[in-house]
Amino acid sequence: MSVTTTTGRPGPLRALRDPRTLRALRFTVLLALVLVFLMPVYVLVVTSFKSLQEADPSTAWNLPRDWSLEGWSAAWESLRPGLENSVKIAVSGSLIAAVLGSLNGYVLSKWRFPGADAVFTLFLFGMFIPYQAVMIPLAGLLTDMELVGTIRGLVLAHVVYGIPICTLIFRNYYVTIPDELIEAARVDGAGMLRTYASIVLPVSAPAFAVTLIWQFTSLWNDFLFAVFLGAPDSWPVTVMLNNTAGSGAVAVQYNQQMASALLASLPTLLVYLLLGRFFMRGLMAGALKG
Amino acid sequence: MSRRWKPGRSRRWLPGLLLVSPSILAIGLFVYGLIFWNTRVAVSGRHDEVTPYGFDKGKNFVDLWDDPSWPPAVRHALLFTLVFVGGALLLGAFLAFLMEKGVKAEAGFRAVYLFPMAISFIASGVVWRWLMNPAPPERAVGLNQLFGKAGLDALANDWWQNPRWGMAAMALPAIWQMSGYVMALYLAGFRSVPEELREAARVDGASEWKVYRYVVFPQLRPVTLSALIILGHISLKVFDLIMAIAGKQIITYVPAIATYVEVFDSHDPANGATIATYLLLAVALLVIPYLVWSVRAERR
Repeated sequence: MSVTTTTGRPGPLRALRDPRTLRALRFTVLLALVLVFLMPVYVLVVTSFKSLQEADPSTAWNLPRDWSLEGWSAAWESLRPGLENSVKIAVSGSLIAAVLGSLNGYVLSKWRFPGADAVFTLFLFGMFIPYQAVMIPLAGLLTDMELVGTIRGLVLAHVVYGIPICTLIFRNYYVTIPDELIEAARVDGAGMLRTYASIVLPVSAPAFAVTLIWQFTSLWNDFLFAVFLGAPDSWPVTVMLNNTAGSGAVAVQYNQQMASALLASLPTLLVYLLLGRFFMRGLMAGALKG
Repeated sequence: MSRRWKPGRSRRWLPGLLLVSPSILAIGLFVYGLIFWNTRVAVSGRHDEVTPYGFDKGKNFVDLWDDPSWPPAVRHALLFTLVFVGGALLLGAFLAFLMEKGVKAEAGFRAVYLFPMAISFIASGVVWRWLMNPAPPERAVGLNQLFGKAGLDALANDWWQNPRWGMAAMALPAIWQMSGYVMALYLAGFRSVPEELREAARVDGASEWKVYRYVVFPQLRPVTLSALIILGHISLKVFDLIMAIAGKQIITYVPAIATYVEVFDSHDPANGATIATYLLLAVALLVIPYLVWSVRAERR
């Protein structure tokens, strides 16, 4: 009789137990959710290709009557300085943080000093702190260092607060290098840096890829540091975008707004599409257990 | 020094410590030093930019609750957190559940669910502000217009501009951006459950549902915990999304915005620092036990 509980359910539910029906149902639900997920992108893309007269919220769901590039060229004109700043900040900020993270990760996994675990835990907390809790004194400190409002100031902030996640990614990666390899190099008389250069660094490419992609994406998308510490000269594209498209924008040019939002997202979207595998691994590192 | 000091041994670890020391100094100063300095400002009477710091015995931490905008800010943050964390967790887990046994075009599905994470809150705010436009039915735009066309007028609403429940709507774009991340975490979790375990339960006569209930889901608890911590701390810090969709408004006022408003608009460093300290405490309560737990679990 106990068998009936698994086979004797009423009609409609029985169909659900057929593997083929189940598979089709799963596929349909997933497909429907794809449409929901892509809906904002649809609106962005079609509106960005409309002319100014046509780009209106009331026709948001329609395709453009005639495709126009005026939104895109206006977006390019107004965002260009921000894009340049973003490139400078994101590229140099990620490179420096990745190098530091690699050295730290190496020491914390293979050349441990007393208290290394405590240092690592203290580093990790830096990954989670709300930056609001350091913004006020940080702005003061950078002012004293005459770095406030400069690209260099923003890079410095991003590098320092990027150390925790970079260290984490590299440490988790280097843990998988066999200790015997390091030990053998030691026995052969290689010092710490020599061992790093000849054994650890040559196999580090995947970890560098993960770190650089992860850092590049978060630096590119940053807004808080930029508004607290930036100035018109050093504003990255996020701030520029918010100023032209923000709720306080004067004349509402929707085609330009949507093109700007897409333009500002293209670099990170490209990185995601081309190097998604590494992006995923960075994601997982963020959950601590890589 | 003591006799236990062995130069040979310290020669082994000292170079490592030296190599990490620039980072230790940087984190020490920029994380812990600045947190200390922020707390110092929070317990001072510096309510404008010229008053000397002084010390007012934590009066700001109490007075803040008399500020009429503060209790609603806390309520907004809690409502947002509840809807965002709950929504992203459920949707992400559901997506992973549907995909865990493999589906056709799985890589494509994953790519679509995850891509919003590569976009900044500022850029996605541009389109979500439009989608969640509360214009009245005859001029309805965005999602309300879509609902109207689909005959689902009952779903049309005033979104984030509702003073009571608006923050629940504000969580929608955040769910859109982060549920793919949760999906990725759960997918990895599902697939780390050994197939032999499931098989053993099936051999014992468990229905597929019972296999999930008693074998698979319990194994996912650490994933759920990680996801909760990560989403929770993102939620408490949310700033860009609200700035992009609403700007600084009473209706969407949360502690993360309040810090900015106190510093830049009210020019009141002490209050800004006090709010930031509350924010830090909330995050620390969430994160510190988790960090200690996971570093320990790894040592085992």
